[in-house]
Amino acid sequence: MTRHRTAALVGNPNSGKSALFNALTGARQKIANYPGVTVERKAGRLILPSGEPVELIDLPGAYSLDAASPDEVVTEKAVQGRLEGEVRPEVLILVLDAANLEQHLVFAQEVLELGRPTVVALNMIDLAERDGLTLDSNALEEALGVPVISTVAVRRRGLDELTAAIAAAETHADDAPNPNWHLTLPERRLAAKTMARAAILSRSARHTVANGLDRLLLNPWIGPLILFAFLFVMFQAVFAWATPFADAIDAGFTALSAFVSSEMPQSILRDFLTQGIIAGVGSVVVFLPQILILFFFILIMEASGYMARAAFLMDRLMAGVGLSGKSFIPLLSSFACAVPGIMATRSISDPKDRLTTILIAPLMTCSARLPVYAVIIGAFIPATTVGPGIGLQGLVLFGLYVSGIVGAMVAALLLRGTLTKGAASGFIMEMPRYQLPRLRDVAIGLWQRAFVFLRRAGTIILSATVALWILLSFPQAQPGQSQLDASFAGKIADGIAPVLKPIGFNREIGLALIPAMAAREVAVSALATTYAVDARTEAENDRGLIARLQASWSLPTALAFLAWFVFAPQCLSTIAVTRRETNGWKWPAFMVGYLFGLAYLFAGITYWSAIALGF
Amino acid sequence: MTLDRLGIGAPARIKSVTWDLIAPEEAKRLRALGVDVDSELTVSHRGIFGGGDPIAITLGNMTIALRRSHARAIAVEAL
Repeated sequence: MTRHRTAALVGNPNSGKSALFNALTGARQKIANYPGVTVERKAGRLILPSGEPVELIDLPGAYSLDAASPDEVVTEKAVQGRLEGEVRPEVLILVLDAANLEQHLVFAQEVLELGRPTVVALNMIDLAERDGLTLDSNALEEALGVPVISTVAVRRRGLDELTAAIAAAETHADDAPNPNWHLTLPERRLAAKTMARAAILSRSARHTVANGLDRLLLNPWIGPLILFAFLFVMFQAVFAWATPFADAIDAGFTALSAFVSSEMPQSILRDFLTQGIIAGVGSVVVFLPQILILFFFILIMEASGYMARAAFLMDRLMAGVGLSGKSFIPLLSSFACAVPGIMATRSISDPKDRLTTILIAPLMTCSARLPVYAVIIGAFIPATTVGPGIGLQGLVLFGLYVSGIVGAMVAALLLRGTLTKGAASGFIMEMPRYQLPRLRDVAIGLWQRAFVFLRRAGTIILSATVALWILLSFPQAQPGQSQLDASFAGKIADGIAPVLKPIGFNREIGLALIPAMAAREVAVSALATTYAVDARTEAENDRGLIARLQASWSLPTALAFLAWFVFAPQCLSTIAVTRRETNGWKWPAFMVGYLFGLAYLFAGITYWSAIALGF
Repeated sequence: MTLDRLGIGAPARIKSVTWDLIAPEEAKRLRALGVDVDSELTVSHRGIFGGGDPIAITLGNMTIALRRSHARAIAVEAL
């Protein structure tokens, strides 16, 4: 039996650990969650000079082995061999930022005190040289008592030497260093200072690039302008650049569906393939271009160090509702789609902050609500102006966006005071030095996000859409009866009609809300189906539907319907991604419950206020 | 003087920290980052809203962002 061999990378955040991990393992990485926590486990395969593989684990960045956050707990337990389901790594690769030795050597002493076979990677030596530092790795090796290898992960410098040192440390696992330090934190700091001084041969007083950039990017006046300009470009890109790709994917799935329809005889199996599987998966995969473009910007922001600056600029605003600057980008992303927004919450280290952000993300008006809003506003809000250049329709749309934001802020405030209560969410953050993002690291990151998303689409979202299709397709309609009426969904609509009646929703709305669980915009086509609109083109469809809606809905009902969509969690993908990110059904269940509650409440308030006002 | 009132760019040394005013996990994090008695620092940036919250300090080769509520617990003396 071959033994399961593992090595682990440990180091402070911003030590270039992940870039080193990418350089050592390539794109063959496995991403999962550690059981019970929402901390990402990244593992890959490292090939030793002998050709033997070793599993390399990229442990979460930590400032100390006396953990202050869930990801530090994982690192602390993993290096001590106390992490459930993990073997104790045989070799530790301690990654130090060469330009920040004084700080990183404090943590290094803690790791070395464990007495495990350890190799030190003196990383980002090029940036240290750029800052005017000349380092003596031999002096450091002598002080630490373990091999020290100078590396530049992004340029693949020193990787062969590092791999060789790992192999050597592995074979000599028995005579690991056993320093009898056990120092206190101030003692460690003092020792770190002495060691760093001894290792620094010369230091030219060159002013770092970071100071100059920060003076501009954190400037109270120019900084926010640059941030908003950047975000503006990002949003333009998400909506404009993604459209051709999304259209192409859409066309591809339509063509596939048409092909299956023409090749297979009319049967329930054919309908299942085209309407159930192809349409269901297609409606989710169509978001992939948007997700990739959004994550391209987010990864660039993270890799360059600008993300920390954006969080710094927005922190005070977010603090008002009990969150921190780190929640800003995920919430902003949720205006495009809550799925990548919720995935982006991984950069929030405080678990309660992160949970709160996930729970309120669906309140940000995502792009899938726009088709619904457009049809209802087009049908019921007159195209008049209420002021110079201000149209009433646009104003209502703006009001819906604002309602979502206000709803999210109030929800955050309430959640922070109750369910996700905890120490006032702190904002203590190291601002990393600026770096040019490496294309390779960004590409690996994008590939991982795409893979995680597609795996979701292939599993839980697929099964949910299949279940929905069954509800809509059985039992089959008799001649002269509409399929929607005859289906289980129709029965469910009958069942929930009494519940929806008080908020002004008729049975047809109830019927449209069921398929809209797959994705909000499906509400439009479902309404068209229920009102038996016979149309050949989408534009015709919308015009026909608008006329039918005007004839059969009152204005209070239409307004209540809009209010419903501001809050209702009508999106299986969001629920599925919440389950994944919170590691269980408890929080998605809560999210669905509280959002439906809010939707019902506000649709009701809107309906009865509109009636009272005599509309 | 407490850190929240230190001017931008003025070098200072931490005289004492009232750790009780800071949540335990955050106190741990601050200490791990080197924010502790005798550390020398400067304030490099302040936020744009709410009276200059948060605060970015430079400590050695690092820039660290923290809130004014933390800074109020940190007593400094100008160098």
